[in-house]
Amino acid sequence: MKIAVCVKAVPDAAAGRRIDPSTKRIDRSVELAISDFDTYAVEEALRLKEAGGDGEVVVVSMGPEKAMDALRKALAMGADRAVLITDPGLEGADLLGTARALAVAIERESADLVLFGQQSADGGGACLWSAVAERLRRPVISQVSELTNDGASVIGKRQTEFGYDTIRAPLPAVIAVSDAINTPRYPSLKGIMGAKKKPQDTLSAADVGGAAAAGTTVIALNPPPARGEARKIEDDGNAAEQIVEFLTEKRLV
Amino acid sequence: MAGTLVFLEHHEDTIQKGSLGVLAKAVQMGADVAGVVIGSGVRGLAESAGRFGAATVFVADDERLAPPLPQTRVDVLAKLVRDEGFDTVLFAQSVLAADVAAGLAARLDAGLNWDLVDLSTDAVGKRPALADSVVVDVGWSSDVKLAVFRSGTFDANETGGTAEVKDAAVELEDFSTQAEMVEQAHAEQQGPSIEDAEVIVAGGRGLGEPEKFALAEELAQALGGAVAATRAVVDAGWYPYSAQVGQTGKTVSPKLYVALGISGAIQHKVGMQGSNVIVAINKDPNAPIFEFSDLGVVGDLHAIVPKLIELVRARKS
Ligand SMILES: Cc1cc2nc3c(=O)[nH]c(=O)nc-3n(C[C@H](O)[C@H](O)[C@H](O)COP(=O)(O)OP(=O)(O)OC[C@H]3O[C@@H](n4cnc5c(N)ncnc54)[C@H](O)[C@@H]3O)c2cc1C
Ligand SMILES: Nc1ncnc2c1ncn2[C@@H]1O[C@H](COP(=O)(O)O)[C@@H](O)[C@H]1O
Repeated sequence: MKIAVCVKAVPDAAAGRRIDPSTKRIDRSVELAISDFDTYAVEEALRLKEAGGDGEVVVVSMGPEKAMDALRKALAMGADRAVLITDPGLEGADLLGTARALAVAIERESADLVLFGQQSADGGGACLWSAVAERLRRPVISQVSELTNDGASVIGKRQTEFGYDTIRAPLPAVIAVSDAINTPRYPSLKGIMGAKKKPQDTLSAADVGGAAAAGTTVIALNPPPARGEARKIEDDGNAAEQIVEFLTEKRLV
Repeated sequence: MAGTLVFLEHHEDTIQKGSLGVLAKAVQMGADVAGVVIGSGVRGLAESAGRFGAATVFVADDERLAPPLPQTRVDVLAKLVRDEGFDTVLFAQSVLAADVAAGLAARLDAGLNWDLVDLSTDAVGKRPALADSVVVDVGWSSDVKLAVFRSGTFDANETGGTAEVKDAAVELEDFSTQAEMVEQAHAEQQGPSIEDAEVIVAGGRGLGEPEKFALAEELAQALGGAVAATRAVVDAGWYPYSAQVGQTGKTVSPKLYVALGISGAIQHKVGMQGSNVIVAINKDPNAPIFEFSDLGVVGDLHAIVPKLIELVRARKS
């Protein structure tokens, strides 16, 4: 089974995530890391491949050139190949442009299964898979926390506002997995060493049918609503005492 | 004819409060507002939406629409938008609505803004972004505008009107009907009620293993409160669904909410942001939960909580 996994390189949390006021886009000049939520999709793909005995796992991403460094983590985990769509003309693409580019790249791979994470750590739309599935004209199941595969179809279990759904879709299908589906493995030293040598291809805007017009705009940035005085402390051994002090002050104990 | 269409999501025999809230917002903006109800045997529901301000309600009533799956709904909405010339389609956040909205965006090449907490009459949306550290004014450059509003943003408004019910055509694409609902298990509502608790101790994946929920339970007991959980641990089987707080769980507003090993994802936040005082213990100084905690403690909960339980017990006795 050939599995394409869509992963996003996002600003590393430690480096800070902010919107650049001059471009009104997320500042991607800092170090990028693969969005945590997407490591669950990579892990699930690896498990499916291992269970099936053969197959290929290709990670597909759209982002700046240096996003390839972040994709290497997926290769170190065990993915076979990385494809990065990168082009200055695609900067600032919104849902429409990203879905279109990814769909073309995925189509070229003729994958049996396309996996997504549950949301990107920076954009957080938690819906891109549905736009990609629409462009690919394939069935989609989102928020999947348990996935089974019989080679012809997949069955996903997922939580909604009302309980649990069990949904079946014939392959090829698009599946977005939740962060409860597995525990992603840490790359082994061997994996990390081997990652650099795995195929890492880039596609340009022209390769994916050109840049699509965005459907949305960012007009202005405002500070968040003010909130009451907030305290943040680091545990130096007496955090418990400090919490009790705080609760006492608030008359909560 | 331009106008606004509101996706009225239903579950069994009720239209969701969130959808009715978005409908109320659209009506209040003074737009020419219609609702749409999509399902099987839902004509009566469509009529009932009139009481909440919809002048017109389209109904797509078809057996194939019975399972609440997104792709068939994209087919119905795309045709309706094209046939009736709607320029705006509004959704209340839900698992289903997000998938429908994004599929529709791709089908119609329509811009989609999500997680909005407000919308002005000149089509500028307010979107808190990056763990709510910034509020972005967003707009649209497409002919058709799509928006999904954050859970719980608007209240429904019962105006007592009546709606003209019109049929929406149902023409489904082949690929849209390939996904098939095998089973819908209803949420079990037994277990302790967390909605009325004045104190809640919530546990997340940072507890490390299911057995460690004992820490949350002991602290809750010491503080005289109830235990809640995140989706990550509920889906992993560590704690019952009835205790889940967030978008697909419960909404709570206790006097005190103590979050143990919870990252503070937006879908969790929407269920507990109404708490009076929020205390969070998390070992990651960059965890989003610190953006909305009154007391944020950066540290290992396994070192802190046992001591905290002792101290609270000592204070109470
Ligand atoms: C459509 C949709 C609906 C959703 N609905 C809900 C919902 O209703 N409710 C909900 O909760 N989520 C919901 N989610 C999921 C949500 O996005 C997060 O994935 C989830 O809340 C994460 O749970 P968590 O905080 O327990 O786990 P994680 O995000 O894994 O966080 C664990 C945290 O524990 C910390 N930690 C680890 N070890 C320790 C330690 N020893 N001491 C202290 N801290 C430690 C880590 O630093 C980390 O921040 C939904 C998502 C989607 C897409
Ligand atoms: N630029 C991107 N390149 C590849 N995959 C992406 C990209 N952005 C988002 N994704 C995928 O889509 C999922 C949902 O993202 P979002 O809708 O932005 O929250 C993520 O978990 C990824 O799997």
